[in-house]
Amino acid sequence: MSDTTFFVIETIVKSLIIVAVFSALAGFGTYFERKVMAFMQRRYGPMLVGPQGVLQVLADGIKLFTKEDIVPANSVPLIFKIAPVITASTAFIAMAAVPFFPSFEIMGHTVSPIVADINIGILFVLGAMAVGLYGPLLGGMASNNKWSILGAARTVVQFLSFEVITGLSLLAPIMMIGSLSLIDINNYQTEGGVAGWLIWTQPVAFFLFMIAAFAETNRTPFDLLEHEAEVVAGFATEYSGMRWGMFFIGEYANLFTVAFLVSLVFLGGFNDLGFIPGALAILLKVAFFFFVFLWVRSTWPHIRPDQLMWLCWKVLMPIAIINLLITGIVILA
Amino acid sequence: MFEAIAFYVFSALTIVMFYVTVTTNNALYALSALAAGMIFISGFFFLLDADFLGVIQLIVYSGAVMAMYAFGMMFFDSTKVVKEKTHSARNVFILTALSAIIIVAILTAPVIADNAQALFQPFADKGNVENLGYVLFTKYLIPFELAAVMLLVAMIAGIVLASKKMDIPLEKDAQ
Repeated sequence: MSDTTFFVIETIVKSLIIVAVFSALAGFGTYFERKVMAFMQRRYGPMLVGPQGVLQVLADGIKLFTKEDIVPANSVPLIFKIAPVITASTAFIAMAAVPFFPSFEIMGHTVSPIVADINIGILFVLGAMAVGLYGPLLGGMASNNKWSILGAARTVVQFLSFEVITGLSLLAPIMMIGSLSLIDINNYQTEGGVAGWLIWTQPVAFFLFMIAAFAETNRTPFDLLEHEAEVVAGFATEYSGMRWGMFFIGEYANLFTVAFLVSLVFLGGFNDLGFIPGALAILLKVAFFFFVFLWVRSTWPHIRPDQLMWLCWKVLMPIAIINLLITGIVILA
Repeated sequence: MFEAIAFYVFSALTIVMFYVTVTTNNALYALSALAAGMIFISGFFFLLDADFLGVIQLIVYSGAVMAMYAFGMMFFDSTKVVKEKTHSARNVFILTALSAIIIVAILTAPVIADNAQALFQPFADKGNVENLGYVLFTKYLIPFELAAVMLLVAMIAGIVLASKKMDIPLEKDAQ
């Protein structure tokens, strides 16, 4: 088999695996979310479909697929239909530059579990996720509904503000490493096991990035886009069936991308952790961060939009810039 | 082969998107097509191995066009068709055709005359992020710093225009 053929087949297989695995994980994500939150709030959560309610995902899937696909009157139909596709597809496109596992050999070829090994990986992931904002924005604007347009307006405000925090907080570790490639960032932390993780040298950047990640992935306490108590369901008010489902596949896929990013940049990525092999280590880290997202959701209340803006511009941004300055001074000194 | 396919696909998509942007009567279609066109342009940067500029194109323009959406949201009912007032279709046609020809002439003249040269030879052993850094912080340091100062001025002016009473809390301001 020639190298070109292998490359084409390899890329197609990788893309298919990413789409299949993360769509399925998004489904199971809803199940885990309900179970974890139920556990924290002393309830049972879904119990009826299958043992411990495991098959609830299937039941939800059948419901979503068979629901009527409603396009409201006086909306802009084409944009209304495209919006959920944008959210879902950009979430998967972002994963193209994420190295999921260490590379391994198959049939004499070295396979690295990353679709496109570009030397600006981390920027590409952030950029593709930024384009994903068009999903809620267009969905909200095309719906011809006042709640939806409020949700769309909040999308612009929240995401544009928190992109600043994500960028500035990631800049400090990138300055230390001197590369934008996620593989280089991972290899930088090979030495010294747990002590070599970037979280010990960049704790402030880690916390800033985690806070911004909640806003970027639209999770409680920062899910102002679809805050039930204020704007019904925000941008998703008019959506039903599979189009609504696609918004959620995108949201959960973004959640996993962010969990992978945090694990790669701050927690040693897929380096071997003592006796645990690297591939398992990163899965454990990602599972932990997924749990953190659910944990925070069930313990913290929503906040108001003005409080969110205050947090972003008056608290997080100055801290991020000071962190950046100190990192720069330490590197030069 | 892959590059040729990608180039023609991206060219066709970009041209179609910008065509929709100028011809449609709906603000939402125009803005969405503009955003899509800007994103497809980043494909050309990736094809030319300028990964960094490609991603910057993606991030900057998706943010910039999104700000235009916000204006659209405030000024129009974006689901309605906008009625354009054109006084003279002939003048519009002549002006657009002229400016199109001028832009094409400006951009192709150095290529045809073959006198477009790199003033700064890139380092072959460095990636394009490092090369861009070297160019910005050695040869073009002063224009770069000037641009930064101008952006700072614009930012401060924007803040002052938006809110002149920043030292007074919101509750007191409302009274």
